[in-house]
Amino acid sequence: MARMKFLCDADRCIECNACVTACKNENEVPWGINRRRVVTINDGTPGERSVSMACMHCTDAPCAAVCPVSCFYTTADGVVLHDKDLCIGCGYCFYACPFGAPQYPRVGNFGSRGKMDKCTYCTGGPEPDNSQLQYEMYGANRLSQGKLPLCAEMCSTKSLLAGDGDTIAQIYEDRVATRGYGSGAWGWQTAYGDGDLT
Amino acid sequence: MAMNYAHIMRVITALAFLALAAVIASVAAAQPVLIDPNADAVKERSLLQEHDRIRGLGSIPDIKSYVIEQPVGHVWRQFHEVWLHWIGTVAVLGMLALLGIFYLVRGKVRLESGRSGRTIVRFSAFERSVHWMTATCFIILALTGLNITFGKHVLLPLIGPDTFSSWSLAAKYTHNFISFPFTLGVIVICLMWLAGNIPNRVDVEWVKRGGGIIGHDHPPAYRFNAGQKAVYWIVVLGGTTAAVSGYLLMFPFYGTNIADMQLAQVVHGVLAVLFVAVMLAHVYIGTVGMEGAFEAMGEGTVDINWAKEHHSLWLEEEEARSGTHQGEPQLWATPAE
Repeated sequence: MARMKFLCDADRCIECNACVTACKNENEVPWGINRRRVVTINDGTPGERSVSMACMHCTDAPCAAVCPVSCFYTTADGVVLHDKDLCIGCGYCFYACPFGAPQYPRVGNFGSRGKMDKCTYCTGGPEPDNSQLQYEMYGANRLSQGKLPLCAEMCSTKSLLAGDGDTIAQIYEDRVATRGYGSGAWGWQTAYGDGDLT
Repeated sequence: MAMNYAHIMRVITALAFLALAAVIASVAAAQPVLIDPNADAVKERSLLQEHDRIRGLGSIPDIKSYVIEQPVGHVWRQFHEVWLHWIGTVAVLGMLALLGIFYLVRGKVRLESGRSGRTIVRFSAFERSVHWMTATCFIILALTGLNITFGKHVLLPLIGPDTFSSWSLAAKYTHNFISFPFTLGVIVICLMWLAGNIPNRVDVEWVKRGGGIIGHDHPPAYRFNAGQKAVYWIVVLGGTTAAVSGYLLMFPFYGTNIADMQLAQVVHGVLAVLFVAVMLAHVYIGTVGMEGAFEAMGEGTVDINWAKEHHSLWLEEEEARSGTHQGEPQLWATPAE
């Protein structure tokens, strides 16, 4: 089985937000929820870099560890998913997540955030694959159809890479070697404990 | 003439090229070094060495999403899943063990002079209502709160994920809404018992003599002894801190950022388990730990002899106020048992 990961090559990201739009459209994500977003570091200065960030599907995921009702699970492909039938909307996964990935449908007065929503790596959820219920609760299930997440597939500069971790790491390393620079595989050290990519 | 004209044109063109070349050369001379467009580029690794959190600028209204990476989430996880479990387990089970050992060693604090059969009002109906309202809220808050940290280890394996989630969801809402009467109770307790809980010299003596808990001493005390004053201030200050940190958690990201939210949860969690431990001791001494203590908060009256042994100065004050003397019958008799 492949170990699915995301890698954002910030030196290629042009902050077009097509990944955000693709995600929202493919998964019919409700208003106010951003499974993926683009953040620009040092905006307006010569060294600025933009990074597209979503759930990184961590190895030993912090969200899963802190969840009071243990509603998270990791698929055979290394994708971190959760069961909305079990989620109580406590918000703890957001405090533990290094990437700000968990989203909540409501503002949160009196703790009524609603069921958490996050990037599923276009892998749906615990409901039957490609069922209407799965689509309504979790969005598209592209992985079961042999397709990668749409955010990465849509990326015009191929900044955002999705796929087997070893494969996309190799692509990134080749790029860095060819062009002679790289601002880093953002989040990899934090998510996968993988410090070799620079 | 035609030849001459063509020749002149050629010379002018040549001069023009020369001039252009001179201009280009001067511009090139002004910028002898090529600028590396990547020299200033931010690198993730160096940013993470400087900051706990990497923050940028986004294009959506959700400001908290501008924090793109916060490896300190791992630290919060370590707190919630390891340290808080240890602190909570040691505090709660440790206190239960201590109380158990204390009971076996010291036994119940008996009324040494026996019951006089005459009683005096210790807590009014209003005081008792506030106490029990706050106490009920506290027990509910403690159980529903402990469930968030320990439920998945203790309860989840017993009742299964579906039932546990339904219970936890209900517990979460109960915890949030019961916080309001609890906070009200803490405020009223703070005001109604403030006068009797200002520390004074008598407390120093009381503490020096071990409160009479160890051994069979009975150091003098006014309405509240140093131990009770400690409970009062723990309830007032601890309750306030629990309420403030709790409301920050209940209204997430209202003027707070991710660091504030994590801190609020740490304060709330540690304080709560310590609070539970202290209240266990409070419950112990008010019930099985001391003869004649529970009725103070139960029926509202205590035996005169109990007051004499544990709150001698208070009894003198009360008698001076009502004009009765020690040993004379009181207005309030113990109900028939």
